[in-house]
Amino acid sequence: MGAFFGAHNIISPLGYTSSENFDALIKGRTALQKHHFDFSDKPFFCSKIDGTELGKKFAGIGTDNDYTHLEKLCILSVKDVVDQSGLDLQDKNNLLIVSTTKGNVDILEHKYPHFSQQRAYLPELAKTVGAFFKCENTPLVVSNACISGLLAIIIAKRFIENKNYKNIIVCGADLVSEFTLSGFRSFNAMSDEACKPFDKNRTGINLGEAAASILLSADKLSNLSIISGASANDANHISGPSRTGDGLHQAISETFKTSRKTVVDLISAHGTATEYNDEMESMAFSRAGLTTVPINSIKGYYGHTLGAAGVLESIISIQSLAENTIIKSLGFETPGTSQALNVITHTQKKELKTCLKAASGFGGCNAAAIFEKL
Amino acid sequence: MNGKLIFKADTEEENFLGALYKINALNYPKFFKMDRLCKLGILATELLIRNTPDFDTFPKKEIALVFANNSSSLESDRIHAQAIADKQHYFPSPSVFVYTLPNIVIGEIAIKHKITGENSFFVSEKFDEIPFQTYTDLLLRDGIASTVLGGWINADGKDLEAFVYCVKNLNFKQENINFSQPHNSENLKHLYSLEDGSTGNH
Repeated sequence: MGAFFGAHNIISPLGYTSSENFDALIKGRTALQKHHFDFSDKPFFCSKIDGTELGKKFAGIGTDNDYTHLEKLCILSVKDVVDQSGLDLQDKNNLLIVSTTKGNVDILEHKYPHFSQQRAYLPELAKTVGAFFKCENTPLVVSNACISGLLAIIIAKRFIENKNYKNIIVCGADLVSEFTLSGFRSFNAMSDEACKPFDKNRTGINLGEAAASILLSADKLSNLSIISGASANDANHISGPSRTGDGLHQAISETFKTSRKTVVDLISAHGTATEYNDEMESMAFSRAGLTTVPINSIKGYYGHTLGAAGVLESIISIQSLAENTIIKSLGFETPGTSQALNVITHTQKKELKTCLKAASGFGGCNAAAIFEKL
Repeated sequence: MNGKLIFKADTEEENFLGALYKINALNYPKFFKMDRLCKLGILATELLIRNTPDFDTFPKKEIALVFANNSSSLESDRIHAQAIADKQHYFPSPSVFVYTLPNIVIGEIAIKHKITGENSFFVSEKFDEIPFQTYTDLLLRDGIASTVLGGWINADGKDLEAFVYCVKNLNFKQENINFSQPHNSENLKHLYSLEDGSTGNH
């Protein structure tokens, strides 16, 4: 059971390919920077992709003005995967899944005078990206808060196991926008500094902008695969996680059960750096007996990339497996959760075969998956 | 409900959802904090659950919630966007912002009925572009869930539409608890268009 991983791509301020991004992380570089946008009264940390540079990258393949910022990110990201793999999206055995929480939210902010408000609908985004690749199957959109990316990968695996499709590209993307910035601010969830996942002095999230795409296949395209995955709901509160990590613990348990593994070598946490999320995760990992497993949160480098997070962080995880390298959890200095975790403090070589990826989101949703290197 | 009209009112009437709430005596104060998408989802699933014999005996962690729509959370998105558009009248609120994600309706249903199983929210232009039947079948067949509660819930101005269904796996045979017909995409489409045909209400 399971599905193999093939080509992948990450687009972020750290680069337009997965390699550039992974190399940057090895070197300890962060995509998070202090920004001062005209929509914000004070500076804040986030990672945002420069629109001019994006335009230059896109110029080779399409007309800049015909697409929104997000559409260009998605198209470039998927195109890198298509180019690397030679996959034909015009084949009815192949599917594109788009994972996004807010899509072209900047349409609602009237950023493009020449596009109608209709463009804000997520199916329109799917149609636009799908048309670029002449997709035979209408791209499927998964919009399930911050678990969207990981959930989309799990759903892709299920379709492949079930022989509904042979190959699926999952593309996750979201913008940094005033919409989300103001919203998270109203929850007092934003940090004024670079975020510090699992740290005693963490004060909240940074937002990040990224697009990430990965190919899953029934064919053995590499020795990396997703062997199990599950989602579960806390059924407790719509904006705060269960204090005891019920939903995440259930997702992790189910994931381990179907994987037939009892241990993993690495955990890529959700680790948003809010007080509640990181504490909840420590509870869930502790209940699952995983407190000694090396763990990191990639959000220390990119911030919270929402719909892209699950895909981006999964790619970093499988690259870690491929390179036998555990990446330091940037931002962490002093343990800050009630359950002690083995947070990675130095990037270093380590023999790795399996990784657990976790994600949680608004609406009480949680997801977990296990990746394996053969 | 099962192809029969059970309630009719003008969906443009301001209090359509409120009227449905009252008539069905929901007795759930959290309802009034919700946006229209969540109110619609709560009402539709409530009616379905009340008409599903033995729903209370279905193992809660084995119920998968699989929903979809066309407009995601755009109604709430527009309200939030409006609240931040003018710097002089700037009032972003967490009680609005929390509803700017379509899967919150899944969260509300989960909370009300204590359902802790799988979640998925899809978005597409039309109902029949969502692989409801395929996904439901694989969830049940692979033992990922023993019940699937799902459907299309859309709230976008004049468009207020909900079509929900429940499928339970009984001893590896499939049976539609609520529809005494086999669960397949033809029946789903037929039932959906019946609902669509009945005026003004679903």
